[in-house]
Amino acid sequence: MPIIDLANPTRFLSIVNRVLPWLAAATVLVFAFGLARIMNAPDDYQQGATVKIMYLHVPAAWLSMMCWGVMTVAALGTLVWRHPLSDVAGKAAAPIGAAFTFICLITGSLWGRPTWGTYWVWDARLTSMLVLFLLYLGVLALYWTAEDPGRGSRAAAILALVGAINIPIIKFSVEYWNTLHQPASLFRRGGSAIDPSILIPLLVMAGGFTLLFFTLHFAAMRNEILRRRVRSMRLIQAQELAEART
Amino acid sequence: MSAFTSLLLRDMRIAVRVGGGALMGALFFLIVVTMMPFAIGPDLGLLARIGPAILWLGALLASLLALDRLFANDHDDGSLDLLMMGSMPLELAVAAKAIAHWLTTCLPLVVITPVLGLMLNVEMHAMGWVSLTLLAGTPALTFIGLIGAALSVTLRRGGLLLAVLVLPLTVPVLIFGVAAANAAIVGPAPFGPPFTILCALSLASFVLGPVAAAAALRHGLE
Repeated sequence: MPIIDLANPTRFLSIVNRVLPWLAAATVLVFAFGLARIMNAPDDYQQGATVKIMYLHVPAAWLSMMCWGVMTVAALGTLVWRHPLSDVAGKAAAPIGAAFTFICLITGSLWGRPTWGTYWVWDARLTSMLVLFLLYLGVLALYWTAEDPGRGSRAAAILALVGAINIPIIKFSVEYWNTLHQPASLFRRGGSAIDPSILIPLLVMAGGFTLLFFTLHFAAMRNEILRRRVRSMRLIQAQELAEART
Repeated sequence: MSAFTSLLLRDMRIAVRVGGGALMGALFFLIVVTMMPFAIGPDLGLLARIGPAILWLGALLASLLALDRLFANDHDDGSLDLLMMGSMPLELAVAAKAIAHWLTTCLPLVVITPVLGLMLNVEMHAMGWVSLTLLAGTPALTFIGLIGAALSVTLRRGGLLLAVLVLPLTVPVLIFGVAAANAAIVGPAPFGPPFTILCALSLASFVLGPVAAAAALRHGLE
C-alpha cells in the first residue's frame, strides 16, 4: 500500500484499530519472554543484582534517541510533503520520547547510587541525556503554547530538525567538557564485550521496548486524530451557537 | 545589497533610540555579575577561578534578554509582513536583523567584559583573551536565539518559551567558550582547539540560523 493512502486519517484509524491489539499482545509477549530471561540471567560479579536495572536503563536510552529520529522524519514529512499524519506522528512521539528519557535518567540515577555511590554526577553521558530531556520539554512547551495545532506542529517540526543537527554536537561538546574536567575513572563501562547470557536478554528487552514504543505511538496518534476531530466539531458548534444568537 | 544594509541600519537606529533598549543587555550583564559575589561570597581567589564562567553565563542570559523583541515589534506593527512579501530573500532579511541585534546587544557586552573581569579578579594578561572568546562566541548565541525568536513570535508567552527552547541548544557554545577562557587564564590545556571550535559553532549557526528562522517565520505566519 502506498504511503499516500495512509494520509487519509479515517483509513489510518481503521488500520490502527486493527493492528493495535496485535501489537499490544506482541509487546506483552516479548516483555514476558525478556523478563523470564532476565530472571535467569547471571548477576554481575561486582554489582550483584543491581546490574538488572540495565535491562530497563539501556533500552530506554536507545529508545529516547530513536524517538527523536522518528520526530525528525515526521518533521520532514510536515515541512516538505505536508503529510497530514506526520503532524500527528511528531506530536504523539514527543511525550513518549520525553518519558523514555526520564526513565533512562531515573533508572540510571538509581543504578548509580549503589555502584558509583552517588545519584548524579556531571558526567558526559548523564549530562547529554539531561540536555536531551530539556530539548524534549522545549518541544512539549511549544505544543502547549500554540493555540492552533497545525501552527504548533510546524514550529515543533523546525525545532525537531534543529535539534537533530544539534544533539550530536551537544553530545560531542559535553564529552569534551567532561574529559577536560573529570578523571576518566568515574565512568566505567562494563568491559568491551558483553557476555551472551546478559546480551541476549538485553536485546530481547530492547525489542520489547521498541514494540512498546510503536504501540504507544499508534495509540497516541489515534487519540490525537480523535482529539483534533473533537476540537473542530466544538469550534463548529460554538460558531453555530454564536450565529444563532445574533 | 542596499536593502540588506538599509534594514541593518534601520534596526540599529531603532535599537539606539528611546525605547530601543540597546544598552539594556549590558546593564543586565553588569547587574548579574554584581549579584554573583553576593551569592558566592567575596573570595577573590574563588572569583578568579570561576570568573570566566560567570562572565559567560552573564553574557548568555543578557543576550537572551532582548531576543524576544527581535521580531515581536515588527510583527506588531506589520513590517514583518512587508519583509516577508518583499523582494529580498527572507533569510537575508532575518540575517540582517540578527546582525543588527548582535551589534547593538552583544558587542556592548564584549566591550564591557574587561571592566567586569577586573571586578571578578580575572588576571589582566588574560582579559583580552576572555573578551576574544566572547567576541567569537556571542554570534552563535544570537543566531541560535534567532531560531527561537522566530518560533515564538506568534505565540503567547513567547518570551518565557524562548529561553526554554534556546538555552539547551546553547550548551556547546557555553562549554567551549568557558573552556577557551579557562585555557587562556590558567592553562594547561591549549587555547587553540576550544577557541577554533567556538568559531566553528558561530559560523555554522550563522549559516543555519537564518535558514531555520526564515522557515519558522514562513510556517508560523501563513
